[in-house]
Amino acid sequence: MNKTVNPNELTSDNDNGPLYVAQKKVYPQSISGTFRRIKWGLMAFCLGVYYFLPFVRWNRGIGAPSQAVLIDLPNSRFYFFFIELWPQEIYYFTGLLIVAAVALFLMNSVGGRIWCGYLCPQTVWTDLFYAVERLVEGDRRERMKKDKSSDPMKLERISEIVLKHSIWLLIAWWTGGAWVLYFNDAPTLVKELVTFQAPMIAYIWIGILTATTYVLAGFMREQVCTYMCPWPRIQAALTDEWALNVTYRYDRGEKRTSVKKAAELRALGQPVGDCVDCYQCVAVCPTGIDIRNGPQLECIQCGLCIDACDNVMTKIGRPKRLIGYDNDINIQRRQEGKPPVYRIVRARTVAYSAIIAAVGGIMIYTLATRSLLEVNVLHDRNPVAVRLSDGSIRNAYTVRLLNKSGYDRVIAIDANGPANLTTHVVGIDSVTPDRPMIVIPRDSTSELRLLVTAPAESNPEKSIPVRFHVTDIGLGEVATATDNFVAP
Amino acid sequence: MTDHHSDIDSVTGKSTTGHEWDGIKELNTPLPRWWVISFYLTIVWAIGYWIVYPAWPLIQSNTTGLFGYSSRADVAVELANLEKIRGDKMAVLGAASLADIEKDPALLALARAKGKTVFGDNCAPCHGSGGAGAKGFPNLNDDDWLWGGTLDQIMQTIQFGARSGHAKAHEGQMLAFGKDGVLKGDEIVTVANYVRALSGLSTRKGYDAAKGEKIFAENCVACHGDGGKGNPEMGAPNLTDKIWLYGSDEASLIETISLGRAGVMPAWEGRLDPATIKAMAVYVHSLGGGK
Repeated sequence: MNKTVNPNELTSDNDNGPLYVAQKKVYPQSISGTFRRIKWGLMAFCLGVYYFLPFVRWNRGIGAPSQAVLIDLPNSRFYFFFIELWPQEIYYFTGLLIVAAVALFLMNSVGGRIWCGYLCPQTVWTDLFYAVERLVEGDRRERMKKDKSSDPMKLERISEIVLKHSIWLLIAWWTGGAWVLYFNDAPTLVKELVTFQAPMIAYIWIGILTATTYVLAGFMREQVCTYMCPWPRIQAALTDEWALNVTYRYDRGEKRTSVKKAAELRALGQPVGDCVDCYQCVAVCPTGIDIRNGPQLECIQCGLCIDACDNVMTKIGRPKRLIGYDNDINIQRRQEGKPPVYRIVRARTVAYSAIIAAVGGIMIYTLATRSLLEVNVLHDRNPVAVRLSDGSIRNAYTVRLLNKSGYDRVIAIDANGPANLTTHVVGIDSVTPDRPMIVIPRDSTSELRLLVTAPAESNPEKSIPVRFHVTDIGLGEVATATDNFVAP
Repeated sequence: MTDHHSDIDSVTGKSTTGHEWDGIKELNTPLPRWWVISFYLTIVWAIGYWIVYPAWPLIQSNTTGLFGYSSRADVAVELANLEKIRGDKMAVLGAASLADIEKDPALLALARAKGKTVFGDNCAPCHGSGGAGAKGFPNLNDDDWLWGGTLDQIMQTIQFGARSGHAKAHEGQMLAFGKDGVLKGDEIVTVANYVRALSGLSTRKGYDAAKGEKIFAENCVACHGDGGKGNPEMGAPNLTDKIWLYGSDEASLIETISLGRAGVMPAWEGRLDPATIKAMAVYVHSLGGGK
């Protein structure tokens, strides 16, 4: 077995066996094919979105940020194109996280580690860093030879190494730079950054993310997936026998031998496999494993071994997809001479899809129907009620008004209850004294003290329900809140 | 003990740790080197931390570290910054007139916030946390004011107090008509019923209204005014309304008339700075009863 480690080869400094294993450097070979093309496409898309999204503009009117996607921490606002979220709407992020998690489950039960192989930032950036390495130092064989060489380094080799790390650092720096742009107006911040006028914290974050990108994509690579990431363990627990995973189809026969020998054995009618033991699948693997050993924790299912094997199978005139997205059930069915069965629609995929649809639907519905004008009312607790000199009764409330829209509002507050209630807002000299009218600036909250009085003759009961109506005078939007009016 | 180097699990081909439970041996799955190095680095980091930052408790104090860092000092700096920010805002408040503060929503919010905390620290013991008052301590939410309910009058009362000993304090008190022998027992009962009648409360059977009116005119009108409407100049309450500081039942009124009343409101000038007193006046005025 290829995976077996000979313990004698491991470093050991005591009798209890090796304390640690050295990282086995992986030299993935370049490859072309369907999955490689998909990966290039997705990489271009993901990185394109990440690097350029902060520069996309969105007009929200004068005085509002014009950045399409912006996390405005000082003002505690989140902007996403036409959506603006306040801190109390953080549950949308909860919903988003639920959808994201279940989408991950769904991907897993349909096609294995699609996330890991194609979309995970660790994979995308590592892939990019490998591409740089290949461009500067050459392909697998050249890199292995250069690393193994014990000759003293020549200027050419040194300049290669310097160039590689410089490009890596440049990419890493750009990655950190793009990150901070999501938290500030991008064009302004870029200007500040290059003139060294940006806040210290921006430079610190760029530094941190430059370091993590450089270290994780340049050095840690597959170690992150194998040892640091919890998802391989979780996905192993989530998978089932119908999930399609990158699989070596061992039903295509044994034994593995050279093309020539295989042809001879085949002519003699003896058992022989399609695999010619060329190790191309191992050579292209970014985690350095042999897919023919079956599903493994280290496998991120990027599909590059499929491309590698397909190229070889085409060359030797055998059917493609000796390695492919498949499962053990189908391998066994084929061995028994039955046609393969693909069951994408099954209880768990339906359940996951239903959860995604339900949570997503609720989010879209609440987002589409949410009110941009809100009112919260808090009754005074000491005193709950005040008797005035003429015998009338007054209750005081703290009213918090939220104007989530992009324009100033003029609103009126009415208190409706069984008694003939009159209202007054402290500090507001309204032109309509019985119906206080208040200006709430755009995108802000206002706290007011509202006094509600019931005349003595109305003689209200101990506690009566009151409904507060806040009406936007211009637009007619209404927000309501209920509380009680209490008699002493 | 077996030699673990040669102790290989036959199924996986991996070496074992030599630990065995019921015939099951634990495979040796060593950590990656970088992981172990990171672990040791955290230990080194921790040692550096001990040296640089306060860490070890000593008998009297603790090690202070090379940077001289102290979280207490950090808090002091933050509090000083906060004081500076507040100072600037309070300066604006101090410069504005009372009426202007109440008209400007931002200043009103600031004054109310400041007033609320200062009220809680200084006034709540007598007036209650929301100014609801108690027997002998006026409710500041209603529209009945012993010494006047305009912004300026409230501010003056807070500044100098009532019967506080301050030179500019409100003076004047309810005399002890019974104790001092000015009125006899039955006269006190009669005038108490007369006062109850002024605000529409029931009177004792057989009470002589004419006699009550006469006693009231001779003894009470000087302060409480004709018809008992009260006089904020002297702190004499309005006797015709529904609000009673010491109670409106006959017994309470007899006690008030017999023994007199002279509650004390302390002067806050000198104890609180002018801007704070201003904020407090606006806060009390905004409770709802301000004129």
